[in-house]
Amino acid sequence: MSVEPSLNRAPILERFGETIEDLGTAHDMDVFVVPPEKIVEFCRFLKDHPELKFNFLSDICGVDHYPETPRFEAVYHLYSLPNRCRVRIKCRLGDPPEVPSVTGVWRTANWHEREAWDMYGIRFQGHPDLRRIYMWEGFEGFPQRKDFPLRGYKDKLNPFGAEGPPPTQPDLATRDIP
Amino acid sequence: MTEVTELARPEGEALNSKEVLLNLGPQHPSTHGVLRLVLELDGEYVKRVDPHIGYLHRGTEKLAESFTYTQIFPLTDRLDYLCPPSNNLAFALAVEKLLGIKAPIRAQYIRVMMAELARISGHLLITGALPMDLGAMTALLYVMREREMIMDLLEMVTGARMHTSFCRVGGVREDLPDGFFPKIREFCDIFPNRIRDYERLLEDNRVFLKRTQGIGVLTAEDAIDLGLSGPNLRASGVDWDIRRDEPYEIYDRLDFKVITRAEGDCYARWRCRVDEMRESMRIIEQCIDQMPEGGFQIDMPTIAFPVDKERVHCSMEALIQHFDLSAYGFSVPKGEVYSAIEAPKGELGFYIISDGSPKPFRMKVRAPSFVNLQAVFGVTNARYLADMIAVLGSLDPVMAEVDK
Repeated sequence: MSVEPSLNRAPILERFGETIEDLGTAHDMDVFVVPPEKIVEFCRFLKDHPELKFNFLSDICGVDHYPETPRFEAVYHLYSLPNRCRVRIKCRLGDPPEVPSVTGVWRTANWHEREAWDMYGIRFQGHPDLRRIYMWEGFEGFPQRKDFPLRGYKDKLNPFGAEGPPPTQPDLATRDIP
Repeated sequence: MTEVTELARPEGEALNSKEVLLNLGPQHPSTHGVLRLVLELDGEYVKRVDPHIGYLHRGTEKLAESFTYTQIFPLTDRLDYLCPPSNNLAFALAVEKLLGIKAPIRAQYIRVMMAELARISGHLLITGALPMDLGAMTALLYVMREREMIMDLLEMVTGARMHTSFCRVGGVREDLPDGFFPKIREFCDIFPNRIRDYERLLEDNRVFLKRTQGIGVLTAEDAIDLGLSGPNLRASGVDWDIRRDEPYEIYDRLDFKVITRAEGDCYARWRCRVDEMRESMRIIEQCIDQMPEGGFQIDMPTIAFPVDKERVHCSMEALIQHFDLSAYGFSVPKGEVYSAIEAPKGELGFYIISDGSPKPFRMKVRAPSFVNLQAVFGVTNARYLADMIAVLGSLDPVMAEVDK
């Protein structure tokens, strides 16, 4: 149950002191809020820094705080295999949510980001292959958003869904299966 | 389709063949569920691979947002259905961390013992299923015999063979039944010899070795970059096990080895799991020997159901407590938590955001199989279609967990 809170914050605060927000330790894990445009630089810094070495990306997930603003959040969980230490990074995103992709830092980010796109419609700029991952191509709407009805919207495939038009969010990432 | 592996054709072989698109799955037996691989083939060489998942998507995370914390346990059962006790444990730990409570020691021992039984059950299946994918049918029939013994043990304790839902926040559902210890000791006596049997069956099987050794190699750097965890990562030589490195429950009191292999090929991944079953066996034996007396549930009426169910019929307080917990659940303080355990497939993490109500505001499952399946992009030397099957089998994805 004990994640060692042995994170050395000094190099992080020294480098990013002004731009990031340090939320301190929540349940044994350090939390930083990073502006979206800094996320790639921040992740690369954490990964390559000789003392921090956060070389393992555990998870990326989207969060919808509807109806609050900023509405969306992208949350990154990092782990340092050499130091046995975890950190959480948050990006607060507006609507429509957009954040640069970290696939260039960790390849494992690929599917995590596809999932966040599929479920929350968070667009990861620079992602090499941003298609839906769980839902089928051509599905409209983002099902894990708080304003998406639990039974989906009514259409010819789903006669039990909620009345009303599905949100007009064009699925730009659809691509033909080769 | 850009994130795909371009695989070079062996030198000096010029085939005059047309490229073919092949749909492997979603109903193909060697994809272990409903995985669909779109393969671009040049003759028998795989040029590109593009996994399509989501055929089993049930929206676990969205569902959880309208369930109380106790109601979510059955949902976690259905993630990795080969080892539900591990999933229950992971979720219970996350909620307990948020509440700032810990289960009684006896409950922790029971949970760990069940989780290790589940690990054996999960690893047993892959021990037999990988050879079966490669044409050695016999092993699967043998491992099913031992899985049956584990199923019987699970049934004895929980009343269910597959979807156990045995953990509760702050403990387990009920105490171990009478006659459990003799039964599990019998299993402990038999099982090590059975592991030896599987090894004798497959270790010298030249076809099995030829089709797994040196196939689907993942280097340590690649494995970390692709986010692999669990036996798949340890088979590439990375010495990381959450049970040892971030000990939860009572793992710091137990003595076990973390199995690693250097090769990183399909055989190493299979071998890691076989050896891990021995370690799990040792953990179970230690749990039996050290099992303390005491309660199996935390003594907090706001969180745990009345231990003595008879009291519900004759005590007003117990009735209200039972009704309240069943109908409304219990409130969890505002906050967020990420808690990970070493599930049989790898790092199983639950990220829970609570808004102070009895239902989670957001629950994210970091499913190990989902991430492990991405390794098909990193495998560099699985050239043939048949090697792809070996790679998939050795990565051991459970599609229910991939699709959530």
